[in-house]
Amino acid sequence: MKHTETDSTGVDWRSENASAPDMSTSERLREVYEERIRTPMVVAWADWRTRFGFIILGFYLLMALVAVLGLWREPSTSQAPRYLMLFENMNYPLGTTASGVDLAALIIHSTPSILLMITAGAVWATGIAVGIGTLAGYKGGRVDRMLMSFSDLVMAIPGLPLVIILAVTLNPENPILLGVIINISYWAGLGRSLRSQVLTIRENDYVEASRTMGVSTPKIIAKDIIPNLMPYVTVNFVFAARYVMFASVGLYFLGVLPYSTQNWGVTLNFAYSGGALFSWSAAHWLLAPMVAIMGLSLGLILLGQGMDRVFNPRVRTRMAGESKSTASDDEDAGVTEVL
Amino acid sequence: MVNYYVRRTARVFVTIYLVASLTFGLVRLLPGGPFTLLRAQLLRQGVPADEVDARIANLQNIRPDAPLWRQYIDYMGALFQGNLGESISLGEPVVSVLASAAPWTIFVVLVSTILVFVVGIFLGSLQAYWEGSRFDQLVTGVSISLMSVPFYVVAVIALYIFAYQFGWLPTAGTVANGVERELGVPFVVSALKHSVLPILSYTLGAAGGQALAMRGNSIQVLGNDYVQVARLRGLSDRRIATRYVARNAILPMYTGFLLLLGFRLGGTVILEQIFSYTGLGYYMISALNANDYPLMMGTFLVITVALVLGVYVADLTYSKIDPRISAGESDEAY
Repeated sequence: MKHTETDSTGVDWRSENASAPDMSTSERLREVYEERIRTPMVVAWADWRTRFGFIILGFYLLMALVAVLGLWREPSTSQAPRYLMLFENMNYPLGTTASGVDLAALIIHSTPSILLMITAGAVWATGIAVGIGTLAGYKGGRVDRMLMSFSDLVMAIPGLPLVIILAVTLNPENPILLGVIINISYWAGLGRSLRSQVLTIRENDYVEASRTMGVSTPKIIAKDIIPNLMPYVTVNFVFAARYVMFASVGLYFLGVLPYSTQNWGVTLNFAYSGGALFSWSAAHWLLAPMVAIMGLSLGLILLGQGMDRVFNPRVRTRMAGESKSTASDDEDAGVTEVL
Repeated sequence: MVNYYVRRTARVFVTIYLVASLTFGLVRLLPGGPFTLLRAQLLRQGVPADEVDARIANLQNIRPDAPLWRQYIDYMGALFQGNLGESISLGEPVVSVLASAAPWTIFVVLVSTILVFVVGIFLGSLQAYWEGSRFDQLVTGVSISLMSVPFYVVAVIALYIFAYQFGWLPTAGTVANGVERELGVPFVVSALKHSVLPILSYTLGAAGGQALAMRGNSIQVLGNDYVQVARLRGLSDRRIATRYVARNAILPMYTGFLLLLGFRLGGTVILEQIFSYTGLGYYMISALNANDYPLMMGTFLVITVALVLGVYVADLTYSKIDPRISAGESDEAY
């Protein structure tokens, strides 16, 4: 079956760009743009969830930009009167803490590292999950058994305690490393569900065709299998990012992670131990980081929910008013939702 | 079938063995190695080196001067006999500390996880039946907002309102101080009162997520032909709802349940700290803050074992619930 691999003199009927030979490059580019970028964007924007999700994420990106460019003052003690309430002094819109630190500065200067951390964690988790899930599902047999036993083992270790022990051991200060550590075992469950999807995808005719033509395994996985998984992966990317944020803020709140960078959890911890729970005059100190966490997480969830629609072909046609189908293709997007 | 059960049971032991080995490795990786600090302290106090080594060996079942393989065998052998070493900060055997802590954690996690599923399945299926109605939109909105609140934020807010401001519920602990620790009405009432807030804050957000998942599953099942056929056959709505739709919609949530259990057991680390609820997670953090490595590793091991056993039980019962699950892999290898 391998002989087609060397047979390059004939018509290259396997190559993907031979699908429309009478098309110029610009036309093809336009079609790809139409198909891959414009239509999904229009569908995405039509759904209020994705619209709000994008707006919220954009707002946080803006905040990160403000912090990186240094457009807002750095947080430092005694930079303002103590215990200013919300909007009491418009120079310090979110008020100040017990030691006179501008809360807005604390929130804003935490954003870049948090965004970096959640992106790193989500890339790590989904990347490993896609790699292991597709390989195990496609190859089957011994490879499958080995990879799945391994991910079962990883699943058997409770996430947060492991992260705590690793955090104490490695003392990570780099947000990217921290994001990876927090999601160090997150991929296991996702990899398992990707594998079960691959098990059905690999029975498709076109996969079998590629295989009989002697296309290599990595190429089949990349061209035939992974595109089918993208919707699910995207949705779970968002959920993985949210988990990193929840876990990191929680661990900073507990005081387990080193206080090297600003984080909403650090602010929350200081507010909590500073007695903000007992008096109204300090309630805003506790509320500001909470609202920051909930906002980002709401944005991510809305985006995840909306993305589901973008990738779901049946729902897409329903939006265009062509079909009355109410079925949702996605079995368990969001099942891996945690915390 | 017997073969499957044997294999599954064997895997439980293999997993526990591997995790135990992992803790051995981690103990050695911890900053300063095993007990460097303690050792230096004792030596400075003028305790002879031999005695120091013996005392440390007693704490973690590791003799610092023995070769690595010897240490490993000693460590695993002690674990096998149920000896997790001795807690440095509490001066008690780790096993007895954890034995008193584990029931609380298991109680909270179990009750809240069951609640999460009951509430989620109930709301989700109602939503699916009335898809697009005002009720559906309302519950979806509430679920999404609840999902975006981390449980520790719920916990802090609930603690603030119900415990500190209104004083309806206790702020910390598992039972009140004056209550005797034996099974009786005052003990149960006090324990329940102390567990209301942890369970509530651990349930809310997760229930929203499960409701959304259940809604999606039910809508998908409702579109299937066999549901139409069941309607045409004139079966009662109740029968269709429970036997045809609910059963098929709940099954896919099972894989999620296994994952959820692990994350929830781990999450108690944060939850119990907020409520000063002396379960496994609480001791893990206090051990961490006190540099009490034996207690920390013991807690980690016990939480893992609890999770492994939980997943094991769920796995075994699942093949009973869903007859379609084949116990072996019959897929062709490529």
